[in-house]
Amino acid sequence: MNTSDIADHDDLEFFVKEEPHHHSGSLLGFWIYLMSDCLIFAVLFATRAVLGGNHHGAPLPSDVFDIKLILLATFFLLFSSITYGFAVLNMQENQIGPTLRWLAVTGLFGAAFIGLELYEFNHLIHVGASPQASASWSSFYALVGTHGLHVACGLVWLVVLMVQVNRVGLTVANKRRLLCLSMFWHFLDLIWIGVFSLVYLTGVLL
Amino acid sequence: MVKKYIVNSLLILICLFVLGGCDLVVMNPSGDVARQQASLIWIATGLMLIVVIPVFILVGLFAWKYRASNKGADYDPNWHHSTTVEIVMWTIPLIIIMILSGITFVATHRLDPYTPLSRISPDQPVPSERDPLVIEVVAMKWKWLFFYPEQGVATVNELAAPVDREIQFKITSDALMNSFFIPALAGQIYAMSGMETQLHAVINEPGVYDGFSSNYSGHGFSHMKFKFLGFDDSGFDTWVNKVRTTGSRIDEPVYLALEEPSTDHPVVYYSAVSDKLYHNILNRCVAGRGTCINEYMGHSKSKHAEH
Amino acid sequence: MAKDYAAIYSDDRWSPIFGKLSWDVIPWYEPVLLATFVGVAIAGSALLWWVTSKRLWGYLWREWFTSIDHKKIGIMYIVLALVMLVRGFADALLMRVQQAWTASGGAGYLDPHHYDQIFTAHGMIMIFFVAMPFITGFMNYLMPLQIGARDVAFPFLNNFSFWMTVGGAALVMVSLFIGEFAQTGWLAYPPLSGIQHSPSVGVDYYIWGLQIAGIGTTLSGINLMVTVIKMRAPGMTYMKMPVFTWTALASNILIVASFPVLTATLTLLTMDRYMGTHFFTSDGGGNAMMYINLIWIWGHPEVYILMLPAFGIFSEVVSTFCRKQLFGYTSMVYATLVITVLSYIVWLHHFFTMGAGASVNAFFGVATMIISIPTGVKVFNWLFTMYKGQIHFELPMYWTMAFLVTFVIGGMTGVLLAVPPADFVLHNSLFLVAHFHNVIIGGVLFGLFAGIVYWFPKVAGFRLDPFWGKVSFWCWVIGFYVAFMPLYVLGLMGVTRRLSQFPDTSLASYFNTALIGALIIAAGIGAFFIQLYVSFRRREQLADVSGDPWNARTLEWSTASPPPQYNFAFTPKVHSLDAWWHMKQHGFVRPNGDFKPIHMPKDTGAGFIIAACCTIMGFALVWHIWWMAALFFAATLVVCIYHTFNYDRDYHIPAGEVDATERARAKQLVETAPI
Repeated sequence: MNTSDIADHDDLEFFVKEEPHHHSGSLLGFWIYLMSDCLIFAVLFATRAVLGGNHHGAPLPSDVFDIKLILLATFFLLFSSITYGFAVLNMQENQIGPTLRWLAVTGLFGAAFIGLELYEFNHLIHVGASPQASASWSSFYALVGTHGLHVACGLVWLVVLMVQVNRVGLTVANKRRLLCLSMFWHFLDLIWIGVFSLVYLTGVLL
Repeated sequence: MVKKYIVNSLLILICLFVLGGCDLVVMNPSGDVARQQASLIWIATGLMLIVVIPVFILVGLFAWKYRASNKGADYDPNWHHSTTVEIVMWTIPLIIIMILSGITFVATHRLDPYTPLSRISPDQPVPSERDPLVIEVVAMKWKWLFFYPEQGVATVNELAAPVDREIQFKITSDALMNSFFIPALAGQIYAMSGMETQLHAVINEPGVYDGFSSNYSGHGFSHMKFKFLGFDDSGFDTWVNKVRTTGSRIDEPVYLALEEPSTDHPVVYYSAVSDKLYHNILNRCVAGRGTCINEYMGHSKSKHAEH
Repeated sequence: MAKDYAAIYSDDRWSPIFGKLSWDVIPWYEPVLLATFVGVAIAGSALLWWVTSKRLWGYLWREWFTSIDHKKIGIMYIVLALVMLVRGFADALLMRVQQAWTASGGAGYLDPHHYDQIFTAHGMIMIFFVAMPFITGFMNYLMPLQIGARDVAFPFLNNFSFWMTVGGAALVMVSLFIGEFAQTGWLAYPPLSGIQHSPSVGVDYYIWGLQIAGIGTTLSGINLMVTVIKMRAPGMTYMKMPVFTWTALASNILIVASFPVLTATLTLLTMDRYMGTHFFTSDGGGNAMMYINLIWIWGHPEVYILMLPAFGIFSEVVSTFCRKQLFGYTSMVYATLVITVLSYIVWLHHFFTMGAGASVNAFFGVATMIISIPTGVKVFNWLFTMYKGQIHFELPMYWTMAFLVTFVIGGMTGVLLAVPPADFVLHNSLFLVAHFHNVIIGGVLFGLFAGIVYWFPKVAGFRLDPFWGKVSFWCWVIGFYVAFMPLYVLGLMGVTRRLSQFPDTSLASYFNTALIGALIIAAGIGAFFIQLYVSFRRREQLADVSGDPWNARTLEWSTASPPPQYNFAFTPKVHSLDAWWHMKQHGFVRPNGDFKPIHMPKDTGAGFIIAACCTIMGFALVWHIWWMAALFFAATLVVCIYHTFNYDRDYHIPAGEVDATERARAKQLVETAPI
């Protein structure tokens, strides 16, 4: 062993004595999950773009869409994002009560959105615009329905989290979960803006 | 029996080395389009061998020279970078692929199945006074239906064309996706329901060739074959006359009966064809089974159908 | 025709309790299947009896099924892959026999109903349940060790992903004895896979098998991606990561960015089949071409999901056995990334013959050819790693040499297929079949075998027997050439894939040769299992106590073989590429005291239970047993939610235990050290 080797030996540490603190990958992982989910929506948007014009004798969107109702639903969802934001602000100040209250408001807006969506689907099916009516309507239900399903899952998750925050408090784990759901919720808002413009607005205007 | 088996296997191995010995219809076709496609395979292979052969040689050479037991060879555990080598190993494949891409780009446009032919054979241009022979093809469960609008006849599982005359195939399917392929004539193209694909080709030598579906389409697929007959002009007229005199008329009810799934369907001749039959098959409205696709307001699909 | 299959699966027979299930769906009348079933049942009962009599259920459940140790999960993935390899290969043999038989003028022994199921199952199983679990298993086991981590980012998710993959595989296996499998080809193109043309349960098995496994794969992709990004040892910058870790990262990026497309596409097909929508139907305005585009937007990246980690394995093997740093590491990394990106813009080359315009075809053709540039660079990298090296011809190096030659041939035929006008005559032919087997066997599988021999001592603590390894190697390589070279020729003779009958006997000798090749490969598979058995019997002689039997370069070799549960007593600190080699060169001394408690995740059975619920739900959906589907959907939901109420997810391995483990190892090292 020559001198330079010994010098190297003295200089270099090959392991760390203290356990390095890995930042939790949850938020990054969840964000990557959202991107993969985004691809599912990308496929559904593409499907809608390809098939949207294939009406095949079924009612035209411009004849059956109730755009005012959809606008109302849109506002419900957008407001729910804002109220979720308030919940997160309170969460960061460790105020359990206000956090829970804002979460509840968010949930109510979300539920109202789902309610309106179900009402709309019911109406559409009654006027002959069912998923089976044409490729165009199939692609409509696939896209809007998948979004609605996500919101519904978000609602279940929201309720579970409220119970957990209530029981365990705003622990590190619960805060992380609230932030993940927050990303999920805002992500669904973003998707809805796409749905609203590309499905409803173009459906009515074009 | 076993002996024969072994002998056969040996023959094959020999054949593998001397490709010319086998009946390679893809590499030795009888239609000008397929011939150009075959020559493209040769050119591309040749270009790639410029890299591939040195790689083979180097694999053997390095493995032999730098084996651990060869104490005489250089050993440099830290030699892991050489700008020269890196430049060479990126640029050589790059140049070859650039050349190949150029060839591909030109050939893809020249041999686009939708484009009318630019020549009948290397030394024969397309005569301007002679229109292409139009043949409408319907892939069915599991047979082929051919319409000859110019002659007003139709056939099942037998296709004929005169040599050295451009053929324009218009291809669709009654339901399943198939691929219309006559290796001796030209490359394949999918047959899809509600849509029309096209193929322009020419056969340069009289003969009997194999045609088939090359895209799996269900249980009868293995038998979805037909013969393609290349005739000289008079031979083709004779064949058309034979079809005219031996067959009966095909109209929508006859077609519907034909739609029943069948395998190994015999050759059938139809002396006459009812009005718009192919059009209605293409647009999925035979016998009023629905509104024709091209009449719907929705445009994207019908646009494709009229491509 | 033997049987009226349409009637068996007709909706008229649906009952609220059993759905479409009835005694008739069990293939009593098929001697081959019945014999297989009896064989499987006997072997299965024997296995169950053995496990029970040895009282191993508790052990298996505690130590394996509920384990969230990435190493054990990795091993379980590979076991799954090996089991499914046998199934998939049995399918291959059945096809080879049928084709050789009918091409020789015989009637064959499989009607289209069965033959078509077999080629569909073969393709689907080999890709999803052999190649994928193999690759995922390797990434799971090795990647955390290579980056000096103690586990993956989300250990519970990892266990869940694995069981979802098993669930998908189980559904496909069940289809063998209850009902039937899809008869559509491995990508289930509509309209053939639509309800009108495939009314039975085959396609449903296909769909739910893939969906359940696909969820597992996507989650596993996210998991491993975060692991590489977040959990590398201090000092390991991206450009100091081992090449296998790089390729694992690239592969997982591809998984995350492509599997959702598969999920969405199959969901649309599901809706067409279950709800009567019109996405891909011929009527109602549907468009089958869209399915084909979408499925290949997933399908082409999938090829590289499998291929890239195999490239990574070869890179590790070459530099280890040439005792030399990998030539052109930076080139290798960039080549990997270029392939990752390009693999997304080439999907259309799988269907040039659909009739897109010349410009579209030319674009996709040229894009495809461009991929051969970084791939070529990789080949040169391996070559020049050998240059001025000291090549030790151990078995992994054998596989690498065979790979280099075979893969280059496969690459060459691949470029031919990328030239659209050439593809017009080669598409869907046996030439194509030969090509992708050439790259998947010659590339992926050879890589996996190289990897198995290379890392086996790390996993098991003893090497694999070299003699049987060589037998297996030669059988595989020779068998591959004998089996697939005739297919290239047949392709040039204009012979299409997926045929079960041949009208003339002129092709007999080619198919017979291919059959011989398949039998040689079968011998290779047999030799591989013999190798495992013989090595196990000789484990004392083949033992590796050093932890570094090959004088290797990356961090996984710095720990014991097999590694302790916590992988590293102290997290390594990295200063250089080939960290372990660098440590050995610079006088690394094993830490021998002052150990700290190690923070580890706790095992849980939740993953197994949730995946089991999903699988049963999938089965219920296949057979339209709605009450059961609803019940198990609810059960899945409840177990998921229940699991989130468990906050007690980790524990500490006490310092004393670490100390004891490390001391035992130090003692062993001293005892066996060469004097």
